[in-house]
Amino acid sequence: MINEYLNIIFLDVLKIMLLLVPVLIAVAMIVWVDRRVWGLVQLRRGPNVVGPFGLLQTAADALKYIFKEIIIPAGANKVIFILAPVVTMSLALLAWAVIPFGENIYVANINVGILYLFAVSSLGVYGIIMAGWASNSKYPFLGALRSAAQMVSYEVSIGFIIVTVLLCVGSLNLIDIVVAQKKVWFAIPLFPMFVIFFISALAETNRPPFDLPEAEAELVAGYQTEYSGMMYALFWLGEYANILLMCAMGSILFLGGWLPPADIFPLNAIPSPLWLVLKILLLFVAFALIKAIVPRYRYDQLMRLGWKVFLPVSLVWVILVSGFLVYFKMLPVN
Amino acid sequence: MLAHALVFYLFSFIAISSSLAVISSKNTVHAVFFLILDFVSISCLFIMMGAEYLGMLTLIVYVGAVAVLFLFVVMMLNVNFKDLRTGFLSYLPFGLLIGIVIIIELGMMIGTWKYKDSFIKTSEIQISSKVSNTEALGNVLYTDFIHYFQISGIILLVAMIGAILLTFRQKENLKRQDITKQVSRERDDGVLLEEVESFKGVKLND
Repeated sequence: MINEYLNIIFLDVLKIMLLLVPVLIAVAMIVWVDRRVWGLVQLRRGPNVVGPFGLLQTAADALKYIFKEIIIPAGANKVIFILAPVVTMSLALLAWAVIPFGENIYVANINVGILYLFAVSSLGVYGIIMAGWASNSKYPFLGALRSAAQMVSYEVSIGFIIVTVLLCVGSLNLIDIVVAQKKVWFAIPLFPMFVIFFISALAETNRPPFDLPEAEAELVAGYQTEYSGMMYALFWLGEYANILLMCAMGSILFLGGWLPPADIFPLNAIPSPLWLVLKILLLFVAFALIKAIVPRYRYDQLMRLGWKVFLPVSLVWVILVSGFLVYFKMLPVN
Repeated sequence: MLAHALVFYLFSFIAISSSLAVISSKNTVHAVFFLILDFVSISCLFIMMGAEYLGMLTLIVYVGAVAVLFLFVVMMLNVNFKDLRTGFLSYLPFGLLIGIVIIIELGMMIGTWKYKDSFIKTSEIQISSKVSNTEALGNVLYTDFIHYFQISGIILLVAMIGAILLTFRQKENLKRQDITKQVSRERDDGVLLEEVESFKGVKLND
């Protein structure tokens, strides 16, 4: 009996390691991609010294952070101050459990997969608020308040976008969502929603042009101001893990997940996880390009975009899609 | 079964002790964090019972949105708890009254539910165990209980309008950005070319 339990636990831990180690390596690589794309756009070289093509730059940075001293401000609330980066990083990794890399390649296949993703990504705001409050300093606090308001506002429109996709699928399971896109990827019939999702994902992950919580010109570094060493590195890696997660969510909801673009020979010979990785990478390069070419939004403009443009548009689109599906009797009823 | 019971008691212990910590902790922000812990462990309990939809909804709505706003308000207002505690005795009767009313209501509800089935309207829709509970909930909520559902929606809408109305203040001479006005501005609206004669100047009428 105990042996059986131990076996199950060992297998699960192995599975989780098989997922998390590649994800962490991918996060390190993606930081490099981000900086290289940024460099290319600005006609610089970007990191190219450490390792071949500078690939090991992130590893070198991580080493540097590990050996730096962790400083806890005297006025800080110690427990919450230390907890904040841990919360950010672990929530960013937690969500990967339900991402399907193929019809049978996943760690967990749960009925409400998309709700789980949505819930975990909406919890991400706590790491930032905790950091901002526990630092007991003005800049981090203002940054945290901005970020909380921003993430809550854009979650609303992401929720409606998910609803439109779910209307077309008829299931909350991520595998069902991907399989429903066998004929056509949802990015084509729901193109406006895809665009809104992409922009909301930028805002949700605090990426430029919506990186107001850490706007260095006005708030030093926002909620990260008081952090140093490994704790700062955890924030930094957690942020990139979240970005990757949003890219994965976008490719599952709109770009057909692990499915090849067409079911013909050279395309369907490529293994399914590779397709998902390619799609995530495509979305991430778009993220990186936007970071390099779009100037930062002002705070009131950001709020206006979220509440006065995206919310009504996505709400109307939900009604349009459901009306269309009901009128043409295309509702997925089982 | 043993593992199940152990995990159940773990979560319920966390839920109860954190809800006690909510009302006893001196720091308001800590109280909100304990409230969040409470919500999370309750959603874990929901998931353990097989109600994964309710569990996720608790996480999304209460933890992801409501508690964030709580934290927001508590952090911004900087409430001094010592001042709040001074009136403890004078508010005690009201608190007790409300508590007693809630306990009586709960008792009535549980009593009727337990001992008089006919008193409570139940759905006639047969729920098979194969259907996921999201679907089952939707089937019941949008058919038999559609009126209750819509009434609760309207109550929430009214509450929202009321809250907006209470905080809405129209200031005069407030400069607002009108994006369409800015974008539709032409060159002629902003630039005026005038020939200015020497020693005469020019008079602009605006």
